Amino acid sequence: MLRIEAIRAVYPELERCVVVTIMGAVSAELQSIGHRPNFFYLLHAMGLASSLGLGIALSRPELQVVVLDGDGSVLMNLGGLTTLARYRPRNLVQVIFDNESLLSVGGFPTATASGSDLAGIAREAGVPHTATVRTDEEFVAEFRAALRANDLATIVAKVEPTGPAGYVTDLEMLENRFQFRRCLREWEVRLA
Amino acid sequence: MPVSVASSRLIYDALKDCGITLVSALPETWLVHLLRMADEDPAMTLVRLAKEEEGVGISTGAYLAGAKSAMLMQNHGFLAAINGIVSCAQLYRIPLLMLISQRGDFGERDPWQTEGGGVTEPLLKTLRIPYRRLEEPGHVAHRTRQAQTLAYASNRPVALLLCRDLMWEE
Repeated sequence: MLRIEAIRAVYPELERCVVVTIMGAVSAELQSIGHRPNFFYLLHAMGLASSLGLGIALSRPELQVVVLDGDGSVLMNLGGLTTLARYRPRNLVQVIFDNESLLSVGGFPTATASGSDLAGIAREAGVPHTATVRTDEEFVAEFRAALRANDLATIVAKVEPTGPAGYVTDLEMLENRFQFRRCLREWEVRLA
Repeated sequence: MPVSVASSRLIYDALKDCGITLVSALPETWLVHLLRMADEDPAMTLVRLAKEEEGVGISTGAYLAGAKSAMLMQNHGFLAAINGIVSCAQLYRIPLLMLISQRGDFGERDPWQTEGGGVTEPLLKTLRIPYRRLEEPGHVAHRTRQAQTLAYASNRPVALLLCRDLMWEE
């Protein structure tokens, strides 16, 4: 499975969600499909995308939050899975694109390449719904089911270790940050 | 346990007066009363962490979502959170309010706390994080308010050091 095709397949759903991504290929590929003001790209601080999503989810239970994570990032904050599970935000779905490597720094294998099972770790941490998927069709089905379930879920999508040629985009980090915060404020007004 | 309930109450009330609705924390002796107050307050969301760096992400998310938050941690937790502070809160200009118990300072009896006290203030300075020490009850309300005002005006992390003379009664 190619990560960009998986993202493209659920893009109509993402447009309606608050989306937080990790750095590197996930951010660049989502932007290449189409940036939206409700998308935030955490271009550093590996491991904290799910924590950031938790902060949003707890503060704004009326919003559906989707975190597009990666194996390298999650491995840097495995404890964060226990915090996610502990507070079990019903409005957060975490997708971990697992390419079994640190792609953006040269493709060095991560621990998932030698058998560490992130869906298993999430499940044992207490995440109520977990799945590992290997095709676009499985991914779309699990993702839609997770959104419908109104509960915390972690979906591990096994993807090829390929990505775009570069990771810098036209969108400045601070532009993204101010636009995203303003968007969430406007959504609050609209829903009020 | 001679952790000051009165000072903890002052600090908690100061956070409430600043409109804080979410605190993230990792338990530490000096913070026990603050954690209990947050836990017992139905208007406060308390997020207990596995590691302090998570709190940077959680506070960043809360801020972007329009909520006011604070981090409660020991100075060793601040050390554990530094990459997140730099590569999330500073990089994205997030007004992060950090309350840090300043262990390992004059009067410290726990040998294992004695290294952190010496490096905390130099590190805050190196990271260009404005901070004030809260050493007596009279400092608490005013400096907490000032800290949050500066954090929001500058869009940057700001720290308050909870010091022994405020937190410990003996």
